[in-house]
Amino acid sequence: MTVLLRVDGLAAGYGGPPAIEDVSFELQAGERVGVLGPNGGGKSTLFRVLLGELEPSRGSISGDTRFGFVPQTERSRLDYPVSALDVALMGTLSRLPWWRFTGRAERRRARDALRRVGLADLADARFGELSGGQRQRVLVARALVQDAPVLLLDEPFTGVDRPSAELLESVLAELAGEGCGVLIATHDLDQALAWDEVLCLNRRMVAFGRPEETLTRAVLEQTYGGAVVALPGEGEAVGILPAHHHQHDDEGG
Amino acid sequence: MHALVHPWTLGFMQRALLELLLVGIVGGVLGCWIVLYELSYSAESLAHSLFPGLVLAALLGFPLVLGGALGVVAAALSVALASRASGIDRDTAVAIVITSLFGLGVLIALAPASPPGLETLLFGDLLGVTGSDLATAAGLAGAVLLGVALLYRQLLAVGFDRGSARALGARPLFVDLSLLALIAAATLIAVRGLGNLLVVAVLVAPAATARLLGRRLLTTMALGVAVAAACSVGGLYLSYYASTAGGASVAGLLVVVYMSVRLVRR
Repeated sequence: MTVLLRVDGLAAGYGGPPAIEDVSFELQAGERVGVLGPNGGGKSTLFRVLLGELEPSRGSISGDTRFGFVPQTERSRLDYPVSALDVALMGTLSRLPWWRFTGRAERRRARDALRRVGLADLADARFGELSGGQRQRVLVARALVQDAPVLLLDEPFTGVDRPSAELLESVLAELAGEGCGVLIATHDLDQALAWDEVLCLNRRMVAFGRPEETLTRAVLEQTYGGAVVALPGEGEAVGILPAHHHQHDDEGG
Repeated sequence: MHALVHPWTLGFMQRALLELLLVGIVGGVLGCWIVLYELSYSAESLAHSLFPGLVLAALLGFPLVLGGALGVVAAALSVALASRASGIDRDTAVAIVITSLFGLGVLIALAPASPPGLETLLFGDLLGVTGSDLATAAGLAGAVLLGVALLYRQLLAVGFDRGSARALGARPLFVDLSLLALIAAATLIAVRGLGNLLVVAVLVAPAATARLLGRRLLTTMALGVAVAAACSVGGLYLSYYASTAGGASVAGLLVVVYMSVRLVRR
């Protein structure tokens, strides 16, 4: 297995106490890793450090640090006069020199990426007029155009309709099958159970490993602050969901 | 028919129209970004802040472009310094610096000892545009359009979602500063014809109107240029036959068109 990304003893913050610390994990080619934790637990902070927007105060990141990034969809402007294709084409920014215009080849790549997320017919639709799930898929298409070995997705399933969520799941599985490494911040434990590894964060790394071994009641309680409930008819180790998401003061998830 | 054609048989009217078309092309294209980036007030501040630079350049016989550039740098430094003074927030600092600089420029321009004609920097002199004015305007307009074209992909990504633009490979700070530089250059193009006071009309109004109509960015830019061009022609007719001030006629018409489109689109 090829290690795409190695994070060792990482800590980072915004001037005050660290927002995350003791984060160490490896991302292998073809793996999907669920990044779990409450709002304010440090999921977004971890992504910001990986993307180079925030300097780590301790620790190191090594490996291939070209990332395709899928931000939360509500951060993009809906009144912006762009089509789905225009947004997907933004993925070419890092691939083309700044003085180059997007040409036929880039346009074809962007259309292919949109087709892959099931939006071939809506390439020319205005981004702001698409549904939440469709918008999320456009942002995934944009990350595909970036053509990076590692994909970071910040809560891609939040507020997404069921067909879009299923399509996203299968695209992520396909990408992993092609050797991509995928890091997915999520609130959904059931979903994470189907992935290769989970990284539990609550201001520090609580656990990292295969989901069926890692997601014990103790780990979940540490991750979500003790507010977990057992689902009826499920065993002790799995099927435990956070009762609610805790709000912390420093950042929005 | 004769009444429609007659104004354009005169050289000064032809030059005024060409000047306005250059300004309109730049205004329609760059204006879209000014409106999308919500920089209309900044554009106005920037235009006024470089006024003393223009006046000094005119007094000392330097090219206006040089004076304007120095004026912008002086304004930026003053804003930065004023923001650092304790007890003044950024917004107030900008307002104080801009009004001080603009007031200083007006004071020099309208001083009894200053040669006559400097007030045209304030109000413009559309019908007095010369061939060399046009050449300068054309050169600057070309540079601004090239700048927008080169920045296009980054402008789009940063305006769409500033937070994740860096992850995509765009540089928000570079984009912001470049956009301000382009606005300053556009101001210099428009100042000869429209004057420092009315420059913003043509940088903002056509794009604001186009924004109400266009669904895609390129369409919006094209509509902006069309609105600016149509209002230029209309304003010049008005000026010619009703003996109104040229720049003010164009600016007034732009506002009327914007309001009408707004009402109709409601």
